[in-house]
Amino acid sequence: MCNLAMFLLEQGKIMSGVEGFMYPNEIGLQWSVLIVLYPFITGLVAGAFILASLERVFRVEAVKPTYRLALLTALSFLIVAPLPLQLHLGHPERSPEMYFTPHSTSAMAMFGYVYLWYLMAVLVLEIWLDYRQDIVLLSRSSKGLLRLIYKVMTLGSDNISPRSLHIDERVGWIVTLIGIPSAFLLHGYVGFIFGSIKANPWWSSPLMPVVFIFSAMVSGIAAVMLIYMAVTKLRKQPIDIRCVDTIAMYLFYIFIIDFSLEMLDLIHRVYEADESFRSLNFMVHTKLYFSHIVVQILLGTVTPLVLLFITQVVKLPEHVRKRMYVTSGCLAMVGIFAMRWNVVIGGQLFSKSFLGYTTYKMALVTREGSLVALGLTILPLFILWAFVKLLPPWDTETARQAATGD
Amino acid sequence: MNLSRRHFLVLMPAAAIAWKAVLAGTPEQAENYKLSDHWWGMLIDVPKCIGCGNCVRACAAENDVPDGYFRTWVERYHVSDEDMTNPEVISPDGGKEGFPVAKEDAKKYFFVPKMCNHCSDSPCTQVCPVGATFVTPDGVVLIDPKYCLGCAYCVQACPYGCRYIHPEKKVADKCTLCYHRITKGLTTACCESCPTGARQLVDLKNPKDPIHEFLKTHSVQILKPQMATGAKAFYNGLDGSVR
Repeated sequence: MCNLAMFLLEQGKIMSGVEGFMYPNEIGLQWSVLIVLYPFITGLVAGAFILASLERVFRVEAVKPTYRLALLTALSFLIVAPLPLQLHLGHPERSPEMYFTPHSTSAMAMFGYVYLWYLMAVLVLEIWLDYRQDIVLLSRSSKGLLRLIYKVMTLGSDNISPRSLHIDERVGWIVTLIGIPSAFLLHGYVGFIFGSIKANPWWSSPLMPVVFIFSAMVSGIAAVMLIYMAVTKLRKQPIDIRCVDTIAMYLFYIFIIDFSLEMLDLIHRVYEADESFRSLNFMVHTKLYFSHIVVQILLGTVTPLVLLFITQVVKLPEHVRKRMYVTSGCLAMVGIFAMRWNVVIGGQLFSKSFLGYTTYKMALVTREGSLVALGLTILPLFILWAFVKLLPPWDTETARQAATGD
Repeated sequence: MNLSRRHFLVLMPAAAIAWKAVLAGTPEQAENYKLSDHWWGMLIDVPKCIGCGNCVRACAAENDVPDGYFRTWVERYHVSDEDMTNPEVISPDGGKEGFPVAKEDAKKYFFVPKMCNHCSDSPCTQVCPVGATFVTPDGVVLIDPKYCLGCAYCVQACPYGCRYIHPEKKVADKCTLCYHRITKGLTTACCESCPTGARQLVDLKNPKDPIHEFLKTHSVQILKPQMATGAKAFYNGLDGSVR
């Protein structure tokens, strides 16, 4: 082992931190922090959309203040979702081949189609239908370049008669209805990418897509709740406590399902104890101990669950509840990010020979480094800010005028 | 021929695809080489391997394999009889320069050459999003480097650790079973350089190939049979501890 380590160090590769035996081609990790970001971001998209659909399809009126914000959040993150993949590819210029010559047996080849379907047929369409009246009114009231932008956004459809708006409403409802399974498809597919790799026992599980969907809902709902509270605070408006109470309740219940599924997976692995168990168990107790046990399970799952449980059973003053929601929302986000990290990075730390372990050392300023990852995490928030400026998700003066038939 | 605009629009994409296939061409091969007449594999006779590393060096030289990556490598196992599930394994520099002298003890030592198993149901081929990696009609798993995206999904999907992303070309790379040689009637570089005949190229469709007699008379195993990959690297005398 010593000779190998020495050689690899001489080669200038990331070769320290190998324990036991790795197949020689396995020592460097193939998928970096950018591939951690990818399921994290698509999860936020799917989760935010599911929250929006609560109001639209399931008529949960209490979450209405977040409906439009959730849709815009989903769109902002969806626009960024392919970037980490693109940056990770050895030949990003060849990625259109996935659209033109997809390989029928490859789960990954579905990405382009699932993504485009979700972006164009679901999110953009639903947002456009919901905002059409506002866009038309804004195209009439604004001036200069902005007027032109709104004019283009109407796509030539400026009829806002009650009958026309009623049609928008019905079509929007159908789009949301189609959108729910599409959101499940978008993120379930991401889980399938990992779950279908039989060579990797850390990933290979039929539960993976289901766990990904529920963890997506947790992160997406938590994100929209936090963004709603932050934006409302910035606008110096009162937070609709009934709305955040309802969101927190849904967050709690979905979190329980997510945690149960993850524990089921864990218990199944421990009890079955197949040939990979010794290796994976060692990894969880050493290299993954902090990110898996401490951050994901204790800090990112059990703590927010306990906090949310308290808010459900104890009658607490409003300001205490708000703080607990913010804390548990932030912790849930950290926990879900850690879950993605542990899946993607954890799945590459052990050898497929089950005889050794390697180490992931994140670079800082490379194409797949932590700075790029940080930038990609923040970028959707800037896009969201631009969307909110262009299409205010709350009742504007114009919308109020329209509502009163002025 | 009277070609309407509708027919023209239907035929254009088909013609474009056909033209792309023509441009892609066919791999270089001997004039009388028929793809359908062969089904290639490899026989690895574990007791014959002496761990000299000739095969690793020959492969690297023949195929311009970058330093630190391996199309083939040799592992040395050191197994105690009471704990065969936990062997000590080393492969310094893929065994390219041989192995350090083993300490004498009660445990057994043996060498295991590894390479792409050219699986007939290969998971790497299944997962490639653009079909850049494929099984040829004569049973060799190849990669089209002009088409590969470098997504590394195939590297993740290979149960044997045979693939890597080429550090300069940024595409997936692996053993080609010296396709440029075997289609011209030659054997692979690793087989040619093996001093003990531990590695032998086999053609399962050739009735005269001694592999048929060998498979009949020996207990031959493939690596990780539970993966059901249809591996075609056949190991004679494979110890149960080998992963």
